[in-house]
Amino acid sequence: MTMTHSETKSARISGTRLGYRFNIVGMVGLSIILCWALVAIFAPLIIPYPVGEIVDLDYFGPMSRDFWLGSDYLGRDMLSRILMGARYTVGISLAAVTIACFSGVVLGMIAAVAGGWLDTVLSRFLDALNSIPSKLFGLVVVAAVGSSIPVLILTLSVIYIPGAYRFARALAVNINAMDFITVARIRGESTLYLIRSEILPNIVGPVLADLGIRFVFIVLLLSGLSFLGLGVQPPYADWGALVRENIGGLPFGAPAVMAPSFAIASLTISVNLLIDNLPKKIRDRSE
Amino acid sequence: MVNLVGIRDLKVEATTDSGRRVEIINGVSFDIAEGEIVALIGESGSGKTTIALTLMGHARPGCRISGGSVSVAGKDMVTLSEKQRARVRGTEVTYVPQSAAAAFNPAATIMDQVIEITRIHQLMSSDEARAKAVDLFRALSLPEPETIGSRYPHQVSGGQLQRLSAAMALIGDPKLVIFDEPTTALDVTTQIEVLRAFKSVMKAGGIAGVYVSHDLAVVAQIADRIVVLRGGEMQETGTTQEILNGAKHPYTRELLAAFEPKPRGAADTADTVPAPLLTIEDLVAGYGPRQADGLPLVRAVEHVTLKVEKGRNLGIIGESGCGKSTLARAIAGILPAAVGKVVFDGKELGPSARERSREQLREMQIVFQYADTALNPAKSVEDILARPLAFYHGMNAKARSARIDELLDMVRLPRNLRHRRPTELSGGQKQRVNFARALAAEPKLILCDEITSALDAVVATAVIDLLKELQRELGLSYIFISHDLSVVEAICDEIVVMYGGRKVEEITPAKVKTPQHPYSQLLFSSVPKLDPAWLDGLEQDPELVRAYCRR
Repeated sequence: MTMTHSETKSARISGTRLGYRFNIVGMVGLSIILCWALVAIFAPLIIPYPVGEIVDLDYFGPMSRDFWLGSDYLGRDMLSRILMGARYTVGISLAAVTIACFSGVVLGMIAAVAGGWLDTVLSRFLDALNSIPSKLFGLVVVAAVGSSIPVLILTLSVIYIPGAYRFARALAVNINAMDFITVARIRGESTLYLIRSEILPNIVGPVLADLGIRFVFIVLLLSGLSFLGLGVQPPYADWGALVRENIGGLPFGAPAVMAPSFAIASLTISVNLLIDNLPKKIRDRSE
Repeated sequence: MVNLVGIRDLKVEATTDSGRRVEIINGVSFDIAEGEIVALIGESGSGKTTIALTLMGHARPGCRISGGSVSVAGKDMVTLSEKQRARVRGTEVTYVPQSAAAAFNPAATIMDQVIEITRIHQLMSSDEARAKAVDLFRALSLPEPETIGSRYPHQVSGGQLQRLSAAMALIGDPKLVIFDEPTTALDVTTQIEVLRAFKSVMKAGGIAGVYVSHDLAVVAQIADRIVVLRGGEMQETGTTQEILNGAKHPYTRELLAAFEPKPRGAADTADTVPAPLLTIEDLVAGYGPRQADGLPLVRAVEHVTLKVEKGRNLGIIGESGCGKSTLARAIAGILPAAVGKVVFDGKELGPSARERSREQLREMQIVFQYADTALNPAKSVEDILARPLAFYHGMNAKARSARIDELLDMVRLPRNLRHRRPTELSGGQKQRVNFARALAAEPKLILCDEITSALDAVVATAVIDLLKELQRELGLSYIFISHDLSVVEAICDEIVVMYGGRKVEEITPAKVKTPQHPYSQLLFSSVPKLDPAWLDGLEQDPELVRAYCRR
């Protein structure tokens, strides 16, 4: 090629060295998520007061030097409760979204590759599951078997499997129509090889983005269930439960009801920001 | 004559996603006189469409005109405002796209779309526009010119749609029409009619044209002058006669040489005893639910019988939709044949690939037309080639690595390419990797489904030469499916002509000049020749054309 390459250093954007471009909004999202993840891991080490202990004489206390985020309806330290609540909200949601997306994506790819009756049976069954309203399903299951963390994780993942399945199947059907799949098929490859080596690498990007969205939905649904009193049980509380406990503080403008709401909002919004601004691979690599 | 268009030192640059600027057009200058047709010719990526679009003041997203001037009828398209450009587009400069099917709105009638330009620019009343459109339809020799406008785009054929898009371009009485590869997607038999229509309308109206193409023979029929481009720079310019007869630049000569068919040395296999490698008997394949008689609803291949001998090549030729690709898919077991036997190397194969043994699958490989979709974009060249080695031959990592080097050498690719992804390769390189993957299986027969159709003439010739060489070294057989007679002629010992799912004739390349079947006669005579007088001198039996062309 006789093209002349004129380099312009000024047009460079930070983060291009690794061959990826990552913009500032995505980085902000990622750092907030990392902060919450660290908080969830190290919560017992950093909380200033034990979560179950009544430490303030006042209830719905204001922000003060001793209690950074005020105190709740019983006079417990709000900051400690939110830091510990991160464990439940992030932990349960992460576990549920992992199970939901893993099973949904694997089933979706199998359905797309196998086609025929397997595809039809799986799709109709999961469509039927999808048609049950998610909150109602959660309420019924938790009311029937009682609330515990494993039950919550399983319920939340079952609710979100059909969505992940539909999404992965739609992507995989497109890839399945490509010639390289035909080539692999007539080479005599097994279904497992087709989904693992030929299809998955081509859909992993959108699937990760979908995982992010689903994580947000699960955080919100978990918060909703906890708000209704069916989620994490006292004395422990996730963020949704914290909002419910302290809803009585709303007329007083107590920080106890605002703070967990902000925590939910910051996590869900930053996950959304991150998945909308995932690092993009730079295709032009000639330097 | 006065110059209608003057391009001076045109520069177009693009910004890549890493923020780097690349000059894609580097100082191109040429003129177009009134009523003159200039062809821009070159391989893909040479900048021919980019230059054509600058005539409308347009640069594709991410690109911008960074220098020079493009004056069209006294206006410099580079400095005009977007609003002023919009006024020029459709009335002075118009554009005929490569794919008319994609350019028409499927939800509106053809007439509404053809006269849209007159409505936007308020050139004439809608009744006048309709009358004018009908005149144009007649001039472009479209069937039923009075009523064709009331149809929808899916109700006319591809060749008709391409002529209708020309009518759309001509309705505003432009001074300059840009044709962007308008016949590339058409069959040769259809292409003739379209070219004729374009030529007569342009000459009658004294309209200047820019004809973008990579096919020298097509260009020779329609252009007065040819500009040869490569890598965004002008290589050579001259009248059609000058370029065809006395090309000076090496690249132009290479283009011309790629056009000359190189007959295959058939002597090398003449003395061996012919042993059939693949025999196909009475094969029927198609799509849709099975009918009461056990045959599929739509039969794309009907009762085809053919034979391939060891070390020899069979060409299958025919227009799009004649069933040649379906035949290849049925042979490979992708689409199980409804009826008929496929006997390979003495054993009858199951109709579907699932019923064949791994060894049977290994010995027959298929190479697809579009290397873009045939190579997994998420894998490196190394991984793509390693899989058949591990799968069929059970090689360990070290043996695989050595064999990959050999395979890359075989297809003339540099060894350091192995770490790249398919998207980082050129079209010709991709097709070589595609072919190397088939070779990795060490097959006896390779089905090549239009493997050179997506490549430029020069690259395609190189690939064909490579195939011939590999055949000499490895004793392969090929089934070579193409719509391009010159390609098939160059490599095959035996040619099968297909039409409407049936085999109509089987001939040898030596007898291509004298086909027996009327369809073969029509097909072979429709292949454009480098002679500029070919189209005007061509006479085809109208009966024959009506019988076999769905124009």
